[in-house]
Parts: sequence; C-alpha cells; structure tokens
Amino acid sequence: MLSKSTHDIAASFSRRGVLAATAGLMLGLASISGAKAADDTIKVGVLHSLSGTMAISETTLKDTILFLIDEQNKKGGVLGKKLEAVVVDPASNWPLFAEKARELITKDKVSVVFGCWTSVSRKSVLPVFKELNNILFYPVQYEGEESERNVFYTGAAPNQQAIPAVDYLMKDEKVKRWVLAGTDYVYPRTTNKILEAYLKSKGVAQEDIMINYTPFGHSDWQTIVADIKKFGSAGKKTAVVSTINGDANVPFYKELGNQGIKAKDIPVVAFSVGEEELAGIDTKPLLGHLAAWNYFESIKSPENEKFIKAWQTYTKNPKRVTNDPMEAHVIGFDMWVKAVEKVKSTDPDKVIDALPGIEAKNLTGGTSKMLPNHHITKPVFIGEIKANGQFDVVWKTPGLVAGDAWSKELDGSKDLVGDWVGKKCGNFNTKTNKCLGSGS
Amino acid sequence: MPTNLSARLCTFVLSLFLIAFALPAFAGPFEDAVAKFANDDFSDTDEAIGVVASSGNKLALPIISALQDGRLMADPDSKKVYVTGADGKSIDAATGEPVASVPDSASAVRLNNRLRRSVDAAIGSLTLQSPDVGTRLQAAQSVFKSHEETALEAVDGALAKETNKSIKAALGDARAAILLFKSDATEVEKLEAVATLKARGDQEALGLLTGMGDQPASVTKAAASAIGSIQSSLAVWSTVQNAWYGLSLGSVLLLAAIGLAITFGVMGVINMAHGEMVMIGAYTTFVVQEVIRTRFPGLFDYSLLIAVPLAFVVAGAIGVLIERSIIRFLYGRPLETLLATWGLSLVLQQAVRTMFGPTNREVGNPSWMSGAFELGQITITYNRLWILVFTLAVFAILLAMLRYTALGLEMRAVTQNRRMAASMGIATSRVDALTFGLGSGIAGIAGVALSQIDNVSPNLGQSYIIDSFMVVVFGGVGNLWGTLVGAFTLGIANKFLEPVAGAVLGKIAILVLIILFIQKRPRGLFALKGRAVEA
Repeated sequence: MLSKSTHDIAASFSRRGVLAATAGLMLGLASISGAKAADDTIKVGVLHSLSGTMAISETTLKDTILFLIDEQNKKGGVLGKKLEAVVVDPASNWPLFAEKARELITKDKVSVVFGCWTSVSRKSVLPVFKELNNILFYPVQYEGEESERNVFYTGAAPNQQAIPAVDYLMKDEKVKRWVLAGTDYVYPRTTNKILEAYLKSKGVAQEDIMINYTPFGHSDWQTIVADIKKFGSAGKKTAVVSTINGDANVPFYKELGNQGIKAKDIPVVAFSVGEEELAGIDTKPLLGHLAAWNYFESIKSPENEKFIKAWQTYTKNPKRVTNDPMEAHVIGFDMWVKAVEKVKSTDPDKVIDALPGIEAKNLTGGTSKMLPNHHITKPVFIGEIKANGQFDVVWKTPGLVAGDAWSKELDGSKDLVGDWVGKKCGNFNTKTNKCLGSGS
Repeated sequence: MPTNLSARLCTFVLSLFLIAFALPAFAGPFEDAVAKFANDDFSDTDEAIGVVASSGNKLALPIISALQDGRLMADPDSKKVYVTGADGKSIDAATGEPVASVPDSASAVRLNNRLRRSVDAAIGSLTLQSPDVGTRLQAAQSVFKSHEETALEAVDGALAKETNKSIKAALGDARAAILLFKSDATEVEKLEAVATLKARGDQEALGLLTGMGDQPASVTKAAASAIGSIQSSLAVWSTVQNAWYGLSLGSVLLLAAIGLAITFGVMGVINMAHGEMVMIGAYTTFVVQEVIRTRFPGLFDYSLLIAVPLAFVVAGAIGVLIERSIIRFLYGRPLETLLATWGLSLVLQQAVRTMFGPTNREVGNPSWMSGAFELGQITITYNRLWILVFTLAVFAILLAMLRYTALGLEMRAVTQNRRMAASMGIATSRVDALTFGLGSGIAGIAGVALSQIDNVSPNLGQSYIIDSFMVVVFGGVGNLWGTLVGAFTLGIANKFLEPVAGAVLGKIAILVLIILFIQKRPRGLFALKGRAVEA
C-alpha cells in the first residue's frame, strides 16, 4: 500500500515537473492533464520482493522492468499509450504475494504482471491469476511440472539447465559419481528427483549418487564438505550438482576453498549462482567451478553489449552486473509488447492466445520463441567462474532448447504435455488422450 | 643452444617456404603443437599440452607454466603463440625468439578443468628434478594425483637422485600409483604398490585402491585387506573429525550467545535485536576493510584486529542508546520488551539495507584466516581454529571482568538485588545501561568473527537469534558457565547427528531434545540456586 501510493505521488510529481518546466503551464492545468494521462496509460504490475530475504535477488528484477518500461516509453509506448509501472513489495512473504497480486489486478487494474522468484511465491499467486484472469511472466529457472494458462515461464525448465549441465559433466569431464546438494524446498527436491532418474537411465548406480539437503541459510558446511571429499575419493571422477539457493552458497564455497577442494578435482556446477550472487564473494577460491544458465553477462553479442551499456547508464552504475533472470524479463517483456501490438488490445484473453508463436531476440544472439506450453526456447551455456566474478563460457548447446513443462524423466509426468493452442490444456496425457484439468 | 639454433635455422628456412607458398606450418611436431594453442579449441589445446610436455624442448616448461598462469597469448589470425613473462617481456613460443610486443588481437589461451589437470600433470613430470625443494614436492604430489604411465621414467630418474626424505616418500607413492594402474607391471611390483599405498593410509590412497579395476587375484586380495585396514583407521579419524567440527560449531554458537547471556541471562531482557548487534559488528568489519583497501592496503592482514575494538564500541554505543531510549521504560514487562526489541530489529535491518544495499557485502579473509592444515587424517581450517581460540579468549576476559572489576561487581549486585544495590549507593540505572552496552558490544565482536564464515547481509543476525536463545536457555539463564557448556554440548551433539540424520533432520532433532530437556529441567543445565533467581 504505502510503497504504491508513494510511487504514484512521485510519478505525478515528476510528470507535473516536466510539464511545468517545458510548457510553463499552470498547476491546475497540469494536474488535469496529469489525470487525463493516467487514463491513457497501460499499467504494468511489478511483483518482486524489495525487502526480506529475497530482496537480494529480486530488487534487480524490479529495476529491470522499470528500465524496460522506460526504454519502451522512449520509443512511444505501446498502442500509442505510455506504460506505467505499478510497483508493490510482497516482502519475501509468500501469502503477501497473493494479496499484493490481487491488489494489483483489482485495484490498480494492471494489464500484466512481471514477478515472483521462488516457486513457493509463484504457487501462492497462481489461484489469484486464474480467478481474476490476468497474465504473469515468471523469469526464474524452476523445477517444471507446471503449465498454467495465465502464466508464461521465461526462465529455464529442468531440461534447459539441469539436464544439459549433467550431460556436459558426463561427456566432457567424464564424471562417474554425483553429489546432488540442495536447499531443502520444492525446487531442489524436484530437480534432484529428475536428475536422479536421468542419471539412473544413463547407467549410474545408486551407490554413485549422494543426495544432501540443507536448510535455508545454512552456514556450517564443515561436515558436508568433508562428506563430499570422502565420497569423491572412491576412485571415480566426482562432481557436485548444486541447487543450493541464496545466501548459503557463500559459506559453502568458502568451506570448499578452505578444505582445499579445487574445481579440477571435484567441480561444482550450480544452478542458482550468477553474476549477482558472485558480486558478494571473494571469487579466488571458486576459480573453475561451473554454472549453467541461458545467459551470461560475458557473452559477446551486439544485443548484449547494447543492453549492458543501456542498463548501466540507466542505473548510473558502471559496475552494475546483469544476469540470467534479467534476460528472461527482457525476453518476456518484448514478447508481451509484441503480442499486445499484434492483437491491438491489452485484454488478457486475447494476449494469452496471441503469445504462443511470438518470437523475441534474446541477448545471446538468437531468437527465442514462446511455445504452446507457455515456456520458451533458449540456448544453454556452461560457464566457468573467473577471477573477476564473471563467467567464461566453456560449452553451449548447438541450438536452442525447447522448454518442457513436464519432465520426461519422472514417471508421473512423462506422458504429459502442456498445449494451450491446440488442446487448450496444461496437462494433456498423450497416452490416454485426456486432459487432467486443473484438479492436479 | 644447439637445438635452439637448429630450430631457428629450420624456422628461418621454413618461413621462406611459408612466404613463398603461404602454406600452414609444418615445421615439426613441436612447432605444430604450439600453433594448436591458437585454435581456441579445448581438445586441440589438450593435444598440444601432451606433445609439448613430452617434446624435451627447453621451451616446454615456460610454455606450460605460462599456460597455467594465463600468460600464454595466442593470436587467432596469424596462429602465432607468445609467452609473456612476469616482467612484461615476451617471446615467441615456437622459437624462443624475443618479440617486441604481442599483437592486440592475441588473447590468453583458455583452460577448462580437464585441461587444468593435464597442465598439472605436465608440470609435475617436468619439474620432478627442479632445484627447489617445494617445487619438487609439489611435482611428486601432482604426479601421484595424475598417475599417468608416461611419467614413470621421470619418476624413476628423480627417485634415483633424490636425497630429501619426504620428497622420496612422495615419489615412492607416485611410483606406486603409476604401477597400480600400469597394465604391464609385474605382480610383484603391484603388490609392492599396494603395500606402499596401505602405508600411506589416507583417502586418496583409498580412492586409488578402490578404483584400480581388474587385477591379478593376489593383488585384488592384498588390496581388499589394505582397503579394510585404511577404512577402519579412517573411521576412527572421522569420529575425531566430528568432535572437532562439534567444537567449532559450539564456538560459533557460544560467540553468538555470549552477549545474549548478559542481556537476557544476567539482566533478564528478552532482546530480539541481539542478532542485529551481531550484524552491526559484521558491517563494522566491512567498513574497516573498505577503508583499509582504499587507503592502507598493506594493513589488510590486521583488519580484523582493528575491527574488534571498533565493533565493540559501535555496537556497545548503540546498545547503550537502545537501553536509555527504549528498554529502561520496559523493565519488568517482558512481553512489551519482546515486541519493542523485535520491532527495533526490523528497523535496524532496514536501516542497514538502505545504507549498504540489499546485497551481500564482501568481507575478505586475511591470509592467516584462509586455508587449512592436516592433523593426521583430518583437515582443520584456520578460520575455524582462530574462531575457537577467539571465542574462548572473549569468554575468559568477560568472566574475569565480571569477577574482578568494580563494574563487574556492581553489575552482579544490581542484577541480584536491585534495591539493596541502590541502597548501597550504586547508580543502578547507569549500571543497567553499561551492562546492556557490554552485552551488545560483545555481540558486535561476535559479528567480526562471524563475518569470516557467513554472509554479511542485513539478515545476518536473524539466523543466529534462535540459536542464541536456545544456548542460553539450555545452559541455564544467568550462568555464563552454563552458556559455555550448553554451546559446546549442542555443537557436538549436532555434528554427531548430522552425518546420520542429515542437516535438516539433525537440527530438528536437537530442537526436540532441548524441548524435552527443558520439560525435565526448566532452568537449564546449571540453574542458579537461592534467592538470586527471583530478584
């Protein structure tokens, strides 16, 4: 509430300021035109935590959307109207996400929402978006097993991050023994279930897989790192696949460094460590450890260079880094604008139907496409951590990978597909030819 | 340098040919291999490392060490490769000729983990006879790790000349590792190798023995018995290791709880903002390090020593301020204190978030806090060791202060019987403020130490507040010795549970055990007896 109303006041002040300065209009006239302008804008909701534990990651995404809106308005907005951001702060509090989403849709009448980071926050707002029929763009890599009509997933599904990373380690590093380490919540647990099934299908024995979960914010990694060391000394090449999330990564990598585990002995490939997270760490002990993403700031492409420059100018910080979820928002925002322009309306039903098939340039030199299952096609990169906190790409998929909403590795979901174009169903069973519907 | 001269001549003649026909280089295996570094392809680089390392060329070691340090520059256009030295001078890698400057289009040859292992192995076999003792030892160890058959000759050569005892042992281990994996080694050689590795008896030896694959029956049998004996000795060591980890976790718990033992334990104030005092201490360390980094980089190793008194003063001053402005009005009203300090903790967190940003701040480890040493078969990291020492020192100083100083005496008097103390002429409100400041200041000191092992973020304190209350309540409210014993008991119990139950279940189990314990002994391990309790 508070942050929203202050934002509105700030916005109308600046509008007045600009008008007064340029045209020298009287205050009354300015406020009338200001009120008129408010009717002529398209509102875009931004639902990212600006305080609490997730603020560390989500604040940047809020800035990204504000930046994209600013850029779009410079180009003349959408459908001849200016875009207006409505920022709310769900404060890393999962039930508050649902409340704030409802407020954005019913009170502020936004046309689309960009938001959420953790899977649990997404699950919390889902019923609201279904009930009030609005659109959510979700920019973070997640565990899959979902395809909803009102949600567009621009982050990586497991087959666009986890599986290619494991393939790389298996083929290039000849890894035979696996530690799957994660934080104890839904994303790591589901991802590890998928990876375990995948590894077994590739002939890895049960005793060569070690699975370990730790609480959020775990800081005493001595025992686990010693266990990894022990597990890695069984005469087979060992690697760690890390779905450790957030803050806990820093002490984990510190302990690895202190106990002398080098990347060349036991490499760690992480799915949640990006440029932003490395900004708070001394990267010297991490040299050579890996991360799998669909975007790295260090990738050389004209689009990326242009984006980084514009972003650093906008944030007035020449050192501000970019990362993968930011790119997901860039793609998602572009796709939404294109869909709105295609149907000449911001009506959610029309935009939802128009989105599949829309293409948008990604920042790594390719073109991503929205698929009927509401996921997108993306390239997959494996990067090694360098001393300057950036990544050096050591491997990439030959082409773009289409996101699978339902994992082929899990028994419960291998026959399911999401298809909102032909079948109008998010969980269509190809064996029984039936749509399971919203019940499951 | 006859080889070099002929190589030079050869290159000269060839370059004439090259100019004439503009053909790719076919100067010889060494030059061909060097040119491969310019392809920016990991498998080409790997091949090149192998050829260069076994070429016997004098340039092999400079080229490969340059590759390791990122000083090997390759120009993708001309396929020329240069070695740049630390002094800024460069040579052509293929010929050894000095060059005036490396072209701008050249960039460092990239490595990945697989290549880094090849580089280590190559440098290992190239430096086995280096004049420097440390280099030789390192070389022997990296040959042991890579145990490639091709290195056997070099190891045997080095072994014959080596006089240093520990390097000789390392070379012997390396030789055993190579023989174990060599397909045409005799059975006798292999049995000797197994015996050598058994004597070494560490995890790496165990790894080699378990992963050696098909072997003659007698060797398999000897290996199985060696594995058994190594495993049983490692099992003993793992108990020692758990105990050490427990002590280390206990010291962290104690450090976080010690300040609370004063504010909550001695004064009875339920201080939910205790964690934020820890956080303020950590941010003080960050600021100190920032100033040192920009103004006096030479002092970096002393940054923590400078931060300790500063953190004490900053957190202590904030503590006094809080006591004077809020808590003194709330004595005897625990519920209001709890809510007020909880609100205060949120205010402090948000204030720090606004001042320093929501992201983690980097606090570096001074050199004496990084790395580890081996004690028998366990690894002890320096940062944990120093934190244990530091915690015990803080505890001892605090205890001495309460026992032997006038302020300590007054504190004990006021907390035990406020009215009596006031009647004796003690300014109780001044003592309250100082006691609260002391507790907060110690929390600030804890923040300096915790910044070395945890994230410095606005949420730092939150993760310690529950643990701290747990320790103080478990140890017995109002008793510093109870806090000490409580912290170490919980730490050790946690670390023995963790390998069995996992980190999440382990933590839950500890909580359940404490709840059951409190049912049995509501006043904790060491309850204060007598009139003092209800004062």
